[in-house]
Amino acid sequence: MKKTVFVGTFAATALVAGLANAQSTLEQVIDRGELICGSNTGQVGFGAPDADGVWQGFDVGFCRAVAAAIFDDPMAVSFVPLTSQTRFSALASGEVDVLSRNTTWTFVRDVDLQFNFAGINYYDGQGFMVKSDLGVGSAMELDGATVCIETGTTTELNLADFFRVNGMSYEPVPVDTAAEAQQQYLAGACDVYTTDVSALASSRASFATPSDHTILPEVVSKEPLGPAVRHGDDNWYDIIKWTLMALVAAEELGVTSENVAELAEGSDVPEINRLLGVEGGFGAMLGLDNEWAARAIAAVGNYGELFANTIGDNSPIGLERGMNALFADGGMMYAMPFR
Amino acid sequence: MSDTHSNTVAYVRDTMLPQTEPPLTEKGALKWLRENLFSGWLNTGLTLIALFIIWQALMAVGPWLLNSVWNAGSLRECRDILDGATGACFAVIVDRWHQLLFGFYPRHLYWRPVLALVLLFVALSPVLFPSLPRRLLTFTAIYPFLAYHLLWGGSVWLPIGAALGFVVGALAYIGLKRVNNLLAVFGAVLAPVLWWLVLAGPFDSTMSAVLPWGLEFVRSDRFGGFLISLVIGISGISLSLPLGILLALGRQSDMIFIKSVCVVFIEFIRGVPLITLLFTASLLLNFFLPPGTSFDLILRVIIMVTLFASAYMAEVVRGGLAALPKGQYEAADALGLDYWKAQRLIIMPQALKISIPGIVNTFIGLFKDTTLVVFIGLLDPIGLSNAIRASTDWNGIYWELFIFIGLLFFIFCFGMSRYSLYLERKLKRDHR
Amino acid sequence: MSSKTDPRQTASVPAKSSFTLSMLLYDQRYRSITIQIFALFVLMLGVAWLIDNVSSNLQLLGRTFGFGFLSQSAGYDINQRLIEYDSTMTHGRAALVGFLNTVVLAILGCILATVIGVVAGVLRLSSNWIVSRLVGFYVEIFRNIPTLIWILIFGAIMAEGMPAPSAFRGETPTAFMLFDAVAITNRGVFVPSILFATELGTVNLGLISPSLNWLLIIAVLLASFYAARALVSHANRVQNATGVRPTTWWKILALIFVPISVVFIALGAHLQLPELRGFNFAGGLHLRNSFIAMWLGLGIYTGAFIAEIVRGGILAISKGQTEAAYALGLQPGRTMRLVILPQALRVIIPPLISQYLNLTKNTSLGLAVGYMDLRSTLGGITINQTGRELEGMMLLMLIYLALSLTISALMNVYNNRVKLKER
Repeated sequence: MKKTVFVGTFAATALVAGLANAQSTLEQVIDRGELICGSNTGQVGFGAPDADGVWQGFDVGFCRAVAAAIFDDPMAVSFVPLTSQTRFSALASGEVDVLSRNTTWTFVRDVDLQFNFAGINYYDGQGFMVKSDLGVGSAMELDGATVCIETGTTTELNLADFFRVNGMSYEPVPVDTAAEAQQQYLAGACDVYTTDVSALASSRASFATPSDHTILPEVVSKEPLGPAVRHGDDNWYDIIKWTLMALVAAEELGVTSENVAELAEGSDVPEINRLLGVEGGFGAMLGLDNEWAARAIAAVGNYGELFANTIGDNSPIGLERGMNALFADGGMMYAMPFR
Repeated sequence: MSDTHSNTVAYVRDTMLPQTEPPLTEKGALKWLRENLFSGWLNTGLTLIALFIIWQALMAVGPWLLNSVWNAGSLRECRDILDGATGACFAVIVDRWHQLLFGFYPRHLYWRPVLALVLLFVALSPVLFPSLPRRLLTFTAIYPFLAYHLLWGGSVWLPIGAALGFVVGALAYIGLKRVNNLLAVFGAVLAPVLWWLVLAGPFDSTMSAVLPWGLEFVRSDRFGGFLISLVIGISGISLSLPLGILLALGRQSDMIFIKSVCVVFIEFIRGVPLITLLFTASLLLNFFLPPGTSFDLILRVIIMVTLFASAYMAEVVRGGLAALPKGQYEAADALGLDYWKAQRLIIMPQALKISIPGIVNTFIGLFKDTTLVVFIGLLDPIGLSNAIRASTDWNGIYWELFIFIGLLFFIFCFGMSRYSLYLERKLKRDHR
Repeated sequence: MSSKTDPRQTASVPAKSSFTLSMLLYDQRYRSITIQIFALFVLMLGVAWLIDNVSSNLQLLGRTFGFGFLSQSAGYDINQRLIEYDSTMTHGRAALVGFLNTVVLAILGCILATVIGVVAGVLRLSSNWIVSRLVGFYVEIFRNIPTLIWILIFGAIMAEGMPAPSAFRGETPTAFMLFDAVAITNRGVFVPSILFATELGTVNLGLISPSLNWLLIIAVLLASFYAARALVSHANRVQNATGVRPTTWWKILALIFVPISVVFIALGAHLQLPELRGFNFAGGLHLRNSFIAMWLGLGIYTGAFIAEIVRGGILAISKGQTEAAYALGLQPGRTMRLVILPQALRVIIPPLISQYLNLTKNTSLGLAVGYMDLRSTLGGITINQTGRELEGMMLLMLIYLALSLTISALMNVYNNRVKLKER
């Protein structure tokens, strides 16, 4: 059932991004020739446009992997910058195909807002950053502090809970964007900046003298971040979910962007063969071709490479893998078997 | 009696004295100073306070501005160059000016928005300066399609097909007018709608297949910075003008139902903040459209901004209508013109002329309000300043970006408000 | 064709002619009804289409339409709260806190804008060259730069330009409190607040429970002003009857100040000064950065517009009026008060109303600096946490609409009172 809406302007046909239909999300994406990915309005390392307007970062890299899996072109993505306020409406209304924007997987979002989280690409937790000269060593010493916080996030609720449970008072300074929060914190308009530890670390790395700032040891919440899609299109959900799995599995199996072409010729490890489409025909089951995972890995590298290049050792942010190391290395990253 | 004086007075001057210099305090700079700045204790006090304010402002900003750095790759480099001294780091503007102006519009295509802006002035000139030849108005009519094509690109046949809709409408009107007037109006509305819905698509695809002309297509999410402010502001104001005129006429109508609908619409739009309408565009419009339909965010914003501006426009036009002497309406009636003819030939040309300053002021307001789109995640200049500040290079920069953005807005709005003042003065003269 | 629209023609047409269907289109008397019915039909069709779309969309998303979310626990904290609130209370309560913040900002903003606007408007007409130029500069620069940018700039000035609370500490503090009572910091401005030794308790009005102390003070103030007005009108009557105006100024001052002072003393009012404690100043009244930025940003921005309105209003009064007043022997002050201002007000009030409305609507930009107004609470965090965009936005629009209509109604009442009574 194809519905057209007369928009009343000459521009209608050209500007209409996705006219309604009963097409599956994958069909829509292929028809359109590109993936539309909801991203951050600007968070260093996770998703921000560079000077040429090319989006870079960890969450952005995941979207590029999906685009590579579908189109063999990691650049076939357009990024829609979403604020923490507009992100869920944009996903629910079909404005974006996938939301890859450090979004915490919570019950309400999954069940009440009706999204499917395709997995967890970053295990995070809410932490606190203070200036070192304040002499605070623990979050329990923050009674009466002024706290900068981004509105519309789970951190806002966690913060309220944390201080209430511990019987401490605080003065919230709500801000709209991460850039604004950093500005306020650096200017001293708040004593504490709280958000996900990863974002704290990436902010801290971008400060003039990072050593002047301490991230307190307490992590007051679980913030499992992951890409999300709408309810109602299970095939699309599978594509997103297994693209993420493929990146993690590639790291587990030692497939990297360098050796992926060679391994795709065929190897003697059956799981690698299934992953890279030499055996099993898994891509066809997803509605893609069999080299989908090989292309995704070739485009952005495996999970470990993506991590290292955007937020890890090879980047100015230099986050530790920590919980996000592979399960085999004592972390929590674990791919379901390709079988 | 001619010699009276010679008899009564011993000496009478019969030549003028040479002019002497006025006293020192009554001439030149001193007099000016005394009269304008120190004419009383109150004035002296005010002058001193004003001088103090200026001095303070200069001392606060002057060294910072004078000591600015224009060439650096990042804020850190800037700080290294300044080496502890206070100074602005305008290198960020040098580095990112193209983003603030054009967003992520492809760099090799910058000539297109620039050309569109230049042509805008050409298209506006017959409206702004009545002395120019009327024939230029044809260009004004073509301009919207041309501008669309320049900005977005794509197949050239799409805007041509859209423009042809109006031609079809006009033809239908002329053709049917011989049969029946009312039918002609219906035809003029129906024919273009049919054209757009049914024939424009095939027309576009066949012509594109035959003659694949066109410019490189640019997605609207590449738009940003001042480009987006201008696109939203200008299309909002030009689309809202016809809507506003209809609303103003509706509000003055004798038909009670039409009138109340117009009043409710105008008062509703004027009673809620623009930001709630923008949120409606970004969050809610999808609820009001058939399931699964969605279209471009910029287009949605333009629609909402158009509705918003049309309510204000309606009030401006209503003011123009009210300012028109009653005799004009009566004269139109006396000539035997029907309602629409009277409006088209007598009332509107005069009412709109009176309203132009108001329209320009509405536009200035709307243009400034386009900054609010930052709240729905569009990358207007303020949104881009956030993105720039989020990059590792420029994290922590603040004033330089705001000064640049503010300055651009100022130049634009100040220019327009001067023009509106000039018009007001001219209108006053005309009415005398 | 002329018969279609000319109303006078209708009167002359004999109404006897029998009704035919074509008259619905061609007869002036019936055509407007036809058009209106047609318009009503189209409108209803449109509304039905929209409602149908909304319901099918909601069904598709598996949502129901309802305002139940307002009674769910909010879970977030609000820094500036005029009534009791914490994160365990409901979203509805949070919306009320936000609404009160909006109202407070709107009222204080309008007052600031009016004061600045009137002063600047008068000064711009000053014969003092430098002052009029300076004010002209202020007006132009504020009118031509978006208010959002001004709000951000004032926010930045407060956060970046003011000393941190720690600068007030230590052996050699680098910052000092004004008069030992007002501390301007990068966290906001701390001013003394009034405390009472005797608390009369509170009255419970359901949603809000205002303190009886303040209600008493407001009541006494209102009574004093009413009495003062009665005194003035009495003086006017005496003057009209006898030509001699009784001295009233000290009586008025006494009427206004004595009762309120008595109440304050009886309640044991005293100032609580802000003092450094822990991370921050404590005690006193904390005007947060977000509030200051919004207040100054909106007030000074709108003030520039009001300055132009005031200037225009004064210029609109012809010079002849002033000269006539001088000719009657009125002193300049009285000329201003009795002749110029009442006439200028008539020109000033209508555009002033729309400026007040603009300011009120612009309070919705609060989120830019984190001011927790209605738009940030109900229209921001609540919508975001509960995912009820449709209901939340509708409620938000209705409240703003009601606020706007209230302001324009109040101001129109005032406008009708100062308006020239045409006879």
